[in-house]
Amino acid sequence: MENTVLKIDSFSAYFGDNKILKEVDLTVPRNVVAALMGPSGCGKTTLIRCVNRMHELIPGATVSGKMTLIDEDIYAMQPIVLRRKVGMVFQKPNPFPTMSIYENVIAGYKLNGIRVAKSELDSIVERSLRRSALWDEVKDTLHRKGTFLSGGQQQRLCIARALAMNPEILLLDEPTSALDPKSTSQIEELFVELKRNVTMLLVTHNIAQAARVSDLTAFIYLGELVEFGPTEKMFTVPKDKRTEEYLTGKFG
Amino acid sequence: MGGHLRGRLVKDLAFKGIVCLFAFLSLLPLFLILYYITKNGIAVIDWDFLFHLPRPIGETGGGVANAIVGTLMLIVLSSVISIPCGITAGIYLSENKEGKLSNTIRLSVIVLQGTPSIVIGIIAYLWIVAPLKTFSALSGGVALSIMMLPVIVKTTEETLKLIPYHLKEASLALGVPYYKTILKVILPSGLSGILTGILLSVARITGETAPLLFTAFGNQFMNINIFKPIDSLPYRIFYYAMSPYPEWHSFAWGASFILVVLTLALNLIARGISAKWKTRF
Repeated sequence: MENTVLKIDSFSAYFGDNKILKEVDLTVPRNVVAALMGPSGCGKTTLIRCVNRMHELIPGATVSGKMTLIDEDIYAMQPIVLRRKVGMVFQKPNPFPTMSIYENVIAGYKLNGIRVAKSELDSIVERSLRRSALWDEVKDTLHRKGTFLSGGQQQRLCIARALAMNPEILLLDEPTSALDPKSTSQIEELFVELKRNVTMLLVTHNIAQAARVSDLTAFIYLGELVEFGPTEKMFTVPKDKRTEEYLTGKFG
Repeated sequence: MGGHLRGRLVKDLAFKGIVCLFAFLSLLPLFLILYYITKNGIAVIDWDFLFHLPRPIGETGGGVANAIVGTLMLIVLSSVISIPCGITAGIYLSENKEGKLSNTIRLSVIVLQGTPSIVIGIIAYLWIVAPLKTFSALSGGVALSIMMLPVIVKTTEETLKLIPYHLKEASLALGVPYYKTILKVILPSGLSGILTGILLSVARITGETAPLLFTAFGNQFMNINIFKPIDSLPYRIFYYAMSPYPEWHSFAWGASFILVVLTLALNLIARGISAKWKTRF
């Protein structure tokens, strides 16, 4: 399928002998928000950390199965090449404390030693900050440290940093769980705006958030992909009994 | 009942008094040292003392310029050797919290820190002085660098351990290779702590005499050749204080004053750096 960004085939992940993910199959088309939801410890974070191969940084972590980004086998690529094509935003905002807002946005270029003309960098910074809806708030303080921003602003700075690399897919690991309700809704609006040109895989433990922002939802339970489909359909007529129980708050 | 309460209050007061007294007593030596050194030393300090060489016995005047230059050279030499080794070892320890090598390094660092400085001087003698058949600034620098090493390794490790793991993840997730993540993200974030450690270790070795006795040895003349014996402030103090001449005694006070000011300044700068440049996460 030409429109597929990420294809996951019978993928399993382990910590030592412990099987965290069990033969997951998932296909994410272009320019959607796909939410992964499930109770804590179900493996949803492990799944997205396998997409940019951060999972394997933990000693004893192994995987089996196949993942494809566009046409390339993720596990045949060099991790550093792969990670430039896959952006990631973490639970806790993590701008680089020694860098200014400007430097944070272009950190992916600077740290990787990718040479870009100054004028080009300026436009990357402006474009990325506009896309993450932060430009108007920081355009006059671009050379202040990023850590002086509020939590929500820091998180949008991290989104800008990821967007600056023009990733094929943006991985969002519970990006609003450390933020207040106002910043959360700003960032949710941002995701809806962004999906016109970016594909996003959003991990959330917040059912309402999945309902608000995602087009597709996957429900993961005990390492198993229970159900995957259009969000609206899953929330109104879940196919699996476990999905229904989770959505109605019987567990999780 | 009233008597009991009174007794307890008196005990309470007495306890507070004793705590204050001993706290004050522990400060006393430092202030006495500063007082005597300033009183006896500051009068000697003048242009001649700072910028002239020692004169032979019998002549008055002269200074300790060679010792000041020597001490600065020894600091530079030992820093050049110990800073790269210490920081890399600290990085290794903070990156590899478990493991045989890490535990061995940690234990060695503790043992090294407790090794008497005179023993380190003997080692430097065996390594450098004996093969080159001459006392030298280099051998003094090596001895002092061994003394600096534990402080730098430990402060680097402790500083880097405090840097949140999510910063490293942020860098790796951008496709930044591991070595660049360490050099460009982790090290700069811990810069103030590492600098503090370096300054404290320099402060520690500035006044060391024992390891210099049979390495740098001492020198009446100005020398900037690292393969020749070199003078240093602690050595000059030792030499002058042992002499029978009153003028040399006052020179020893003067040199002590410079040394104490230098050490104090290093400590204050270190405190300033750790407070002001602290990275906000």
